[in-house]
Amino acid sequence: MDKLVEIRGLTVDFAQGGRSIRALHGIDLDVGAGEAVGLVGESGSGKSVTWLAALGLLPGTASIRGSVMLDGRQMVGAPRSMLETLRGRRVAMIFQDPSSSLNPVFRIGRQIGEALGLHRGLKGAAAEAEAKRLLDRVGIANGARRLRDYPHELSGGMNQRVMIAMALAGEPDLLIADEPTTALDATVQAQILALLQEIRHESGMAIVLISHDLGVVAENVDRVCVMYAGRLVEEAASDTLFDRPRHPYTRGLLAALPALDGPRTRLVSIPGSVPEPWNLPKGCAFAPRCGEADEACHGSQPPLVPVNAAERVLCFRTRYFPDAPASQPQPVPALQDAAFREAVL
Amino acid sequence: MTAPLLEARSLTRHFVVRQGSWPASHKALLRAVDGVSLSVGKGRTLGLVGESGCGKSTTGRLLLGLLDPTAGEVLFEGQPLAKAGSADWRRQRQLMQMVYQDPLGALDRRLKVAEQIGEALEIHHPEFSRSIHRDRVAAAIEAVGLQAHHADRYPHELSGGQRQRVVLARALILQPRLLVCDEPISALDVSIQAQVVNLLLDLQHSFGLTYVFISHDLKVVRQISHDVAVMYLGRIVEYGGAESLFHAPQHPYTQALLAAIPSVQQRGIARPTPLQGDPPDPAAPPSGCAFRTRCPRAVQICAEAMPALRETGGGRKVACHFVEPDAAAGLAAA
Amino acid sequence: MFGFVASRVARAALTIGFVVTFAFVVLRLSGDPAMLIMSVDAPPEAIEAFRKAWGLDRPIWEQYVAYAAKALSGDFGNSMRDGRPAIELVLERVPMTLAITIPAFLIKIGLGIPAGIFAALHRNSVLDRLTMTVSVAGFTVPSFVLALLLVLVFSVQLGWLPSSGSESWQHAILPIITLGVAGAAVLARFTRSAMLEVLGQPYIRTASAKGVPWRRVVSGHALPNAAIPTVTIVGFMIGSLIAGAVVVESVFAWPGVGRLLVASVANRDLAVVQAILLAIAISMVAANLAVDIAYGWLDPRPRRGRAHA
Repeated sequence: MDKLVEIRGLTVDFAQGGRSIRALHGIDLDVGAGEAVGLVGESGSGKSVTWLAALGLLPGTASIRGSVMLDGRQMVGAPRSMLETLRGRRVAMIFQDPSSSLNPVFRIGRQIGEALGLHRGLKGAAAEAEAKRLLDRVGIANGARRLRDYPHELSGGMNQRVMIAMALAGEPDLLIADEPTTALDATVQAQILALLQEIRHESGMAIVLISHDLGVVAENVDRVCVMYAGRLVEEAASDTLFDRPRHPYTRGLLAALPALDGPRTRLVSIPGSVPEPWNLPKGCAFAPRCGEADEACHGSQPPLVPVNAAERVLCFRTRYFPDAPASQPQPVPALQDAAFREAVL
Repeated sequence: MTAPLLEARSLTRHFVVRQGSWPASHKALLRAVDGVSLSVGKGRTLGLVGESGCGKSTTGRLLLGLLDPTAGEVLFEGQPLAKAGSADWRRQRQLMQMVYQDPLGALDRRLKVAEQIGEALEIHHPEFSRSIHRDRVAAAIEAVGLQAHHADRYPHELSGGQRQRVVLARALILQPRLLVCDEPISALDVSIQAQVVNLLLDLQHSFGLTYVFISHDLKVVRQISHDVAVMYLGRIVEYGGAESLFHAPQHPYTQALLAAIPSVQQRGIARPTPLQGDPPDPAAPPSGCAFRTRCPRAVQICAEAMPALRETGGGRKVACHFVEPDAAAGLAAA
Repeated sequence: MFGFVASRVARAALTIGFVVTFAFVVLRLSGDPAMLIMSVDAPPEAIEAFRKAWGLDRPIWEQYVAYAAKALSGDFGNSMRDGRPAIELVLERVPMTLAITIPAFLIKIGLGIPAGIFAALHRNSVLDRLTMTVSVAGFTVPSFVLALLLVLVFSVQLGWLPSSGSESWQHAILPIITLGVAGAAVLARFTRSAMLEVLGQPYIRTASAKGVPWRRVVSGHALPNAAIPTVTIVGFMIGSLIAGAVVVESVFAWPGVGRLLVASVANRDLAVVQAILLAIAISMVAANLAVDIAYGWLDPRPRRGRAHA
């Protein structure tokens, strides 16, 4: 598979009140042409920062080091004018809260038209016709009328469709979808995810799906990267990762998810909480919460190493559970409420 | 059968809203909650689910008397909610507490944890001595799994999960019987959500608490609830035991809602086409069944008549023209 | 639309009526014009005659009704000093005031808004801090202090500009600068915070992410949004074009409306004071109305209200 984006050693520091806080500790990550990659992690894990840094969208207080190659061109440290020709054209991005991601004082048509003018040189009637086609493409009926609407006149789901239409305007090779459905209702989330899948299969565009929701990622990508405290801790094909998670953090996340069917069992929670970026432990950032951690884990930072051709894990202890199935909590029969109570307590 | 701890009868709350942008704006009636009846037994959990705008949060506030109903009534321990300000009201308030979504917003930034937790105790029990007060606060801190040294911290020094524990401790200090939790874990990270869910279950077990658990996260609702009410546009469309409702949903909306949840376990399994469109504007609801505009099965009658919430057997109630009411239940009622 | 305009106009009329009434009562309770206008040694009969001539001997509510009835027909009374129609006296001073307030307004806009935008775009830089320090100084120093400072430097020390009077265009320079600098400082600060607020919004990031060049993100996406709150304060500045120079006109002996107001209050020249207050109220109310209309035009979002059924 052709590499579209190649990230190496990406580091981001934020200057904050006279000190420098490291948000990203050297990320290595590739995205192939037409591939769907999922990036999961909790808030502050660095999953959004990675891509905002790659596109130069972080505020001036951020200092970025490392390398982001897009089609053989270096994006880190590139002049603003070069980044501006790539944004929207080669890599487009959509965000978490669609309703505030659109400019409130301009009509939808003008906002899509702006992207069409920038990337495809379309103006006037040609731009309007194309904008209408794009709205139709993202499943917005009555496009001609919707083009004259303001964002506040549309629902959140509709606005996210508009964001997607705007992203498609530049015919990009890669779409970064940063928590695209987190602010939306369940049924609307399903619509948007289905739309993204459909567009990807039709256009061959690669997608990076950033989400805190393991379910969203599991159903929509080929490959998953798990991030924790500014580092990539596990990377594997989607099925491999969810069937045989290796990193204790990934295992913990999966065990903490309540099931939608079958017997109810007490959730296995990960103790403690995510460390603050300015207060990271000395060794592995997950060690204080990890049941498997030993002295080595507390003493030094494990590297991200390949387990095989398709899997990488950042953990000293991985060798103790090679290819073991995920530790599933024992299901307890819970037909009666009383039994359920006893089982979960 | 013992009387339920909490009961709502035909609870209704309407708002007058302005629609459209100003030259052409007009007033409209928004039926945020429209005839909701439910009951929760002591020590049990009722999950209230639905999408944004379905009225679940408004219902929660009505249940606690934080909002006056336009019609209908709420009974707590068999008694109607007392008038605000009265002595009965003060007594009821102690026994019914609310837990909100955003723990940082719900806490006072300038107060230490112990002060936050003890504040309500001071108001409701000024007669307590310093040592009783201190013991009660310490007990609450321990009950929610915080450590004694957290008592002197400020909210911003705590993690999101710890803050939510403080909020819970503050709600528990008055030894309530009912907690209405409005999206109590939505703002928390995945790894922390499980901690709080387990804590809520433990607290219920230890103190015999009754919960109304409002959430859009169906997986969590299933985990924590005995019974579940699914709301759509201000009405309950399906009601039943958590496991059976999730296992075999009967209302097309519940079915669609469950099918829409992406899940790790069910990846790769083909899903039905997601529900189209958005929920309708509650200020301009469709005629008949509110769900008909998005319902894959809708026919003529759905536009003409609003289906009643009817027993379908096994304690399940469904508001849908297509779901056969339980003949036995009907006979028993007759 | 008609309902909106009608309600605004009705509210404006109510505001003006209230101002006029309030001023009428306060002025009449705060001193006797007869004692001030007549010389100290005037015989009591003369003072009594003056009172009678101007209707000051009647009860206050009668005076008010008479005044209001005349005012509604466009007659705002005559000056007690020279007997000319009050409105005429005020109107002939208006051009003099506008001669300094309009250039000052242009300085406020031309200096304040760009400085605020610049400071916001270079947040926390040395230039931002400098701009904001100057701005804080600009609006915390009272205008008469600034005026005296300018006189000290440019008239006394350097001898470049006249310190008071209105004989030539050079006389207008110091008043204009005094007014303009203070207003620009306020506007710069306001624009900066409006701009910072907008620059932090997700739609600005969206615009950048879709490849809009930064200059156009600022001019095309951020400015139209930052303009919405800024319009309020600019509207206020427009509203105070007639009345906003009272102190500065007094310091520089500039014969504008403000100075007339000060003199008329001192003399209890009631009709003139009333006419000036009316003019101020009308210009303020008109500016407010303009702001409301500009809001509707700049911001398509409705302002929602919700009430209990």
